[in-house]
Amino acid sequence: MNHVKFDETLVIRNVEGENSSDILKHMAANLYQKGFVKESYADAVIAREKKFATGLPTKGCGVAIPHTDIEHVNQSAISVGVLKEPVDFGIMGEETEKTPVKLIFMLAMHDSHSQLKMLQSLMGIFQDEEILLYLANEESEVKIKEEVSKRLNLNNVKGGE
Amino acid sequence: MSEVRKGKKTVLVACGTGIATSTVVSDAIEKMAKENNIQVEIVQCKVTEVPAYESRASLLVTTTIVSKEYPFPIINARAFLTGIGLDKLKEQILEELKK
Repeated sequence: MNHVKFDETLVIRNVEGENSSDILKHMAANLYQKGFVKESYADAVIAREKKFATGLPTKGCGVAIPHTDIEHVNQSAISVGVLKEPVDFGIMGEETEKTPVKLIFMLAMHDSHSQLKMLQSLMGIFQDEEILLYLANEESEVKIKEEVSKRLNLNNVKGGE
Repeated sequence: MSEVRKGKKTVLVACGTGIATSTVVSDAIEKMAKENNIQVEIVQCKVTEVPAYESRASLLVTTTIVSKEYPFPIINARAFLTGIGLDKLKEQILEELKK
């Protein structure tokens, strides 16, 4: 099944942590609790972030797209985290450079090549300063979910089969 | 340079897992090549799989750190994701594809 699950329970606001690993652990635990990922996902995504950082400086606010190998995932899903205070993440493709990250788009990917459109739309969000700032400051999880769903063209019905 | 490559160039597109950012970058390069009438073979892979393609590749475009040395140029593709510096990146890739 190629469907990417996303609903307001996968939007977490005011995420707090000392470092990027704390943040990832917190968000991965939520995905695990809902059965979208395996228990091994949290450690795998943290290890992968250390090796291949996913922080991206943008024109709006810094974002990160942590993800890991498909074997740790049960069902493709995306989780959005809004950090209470920005936390430093390594910049993708750089040895040591870091960027303060405010928005996390945690990807649980179960298929290798089928999510091109969704990923392209996600990069579209990263290139849109206005939407990034909206997501960083909006206080309603439901509104954040609606905006992201619309942009990524995800039409999930909560509680659906 | 051992030989001059003719015909289709092989471009490796690599990221850490070979599933997320490399998917977006592969598509962008494919479109660029088409627009410019350049024949390319794009191989999407994990950065750890790059050595397997070392002999046939002309270029590596990647979103991650590459710690190994290769006989072909390596281009950082982050601009495809953030849009910052995109024109320059496209120019850089086109220049390599046209060589």
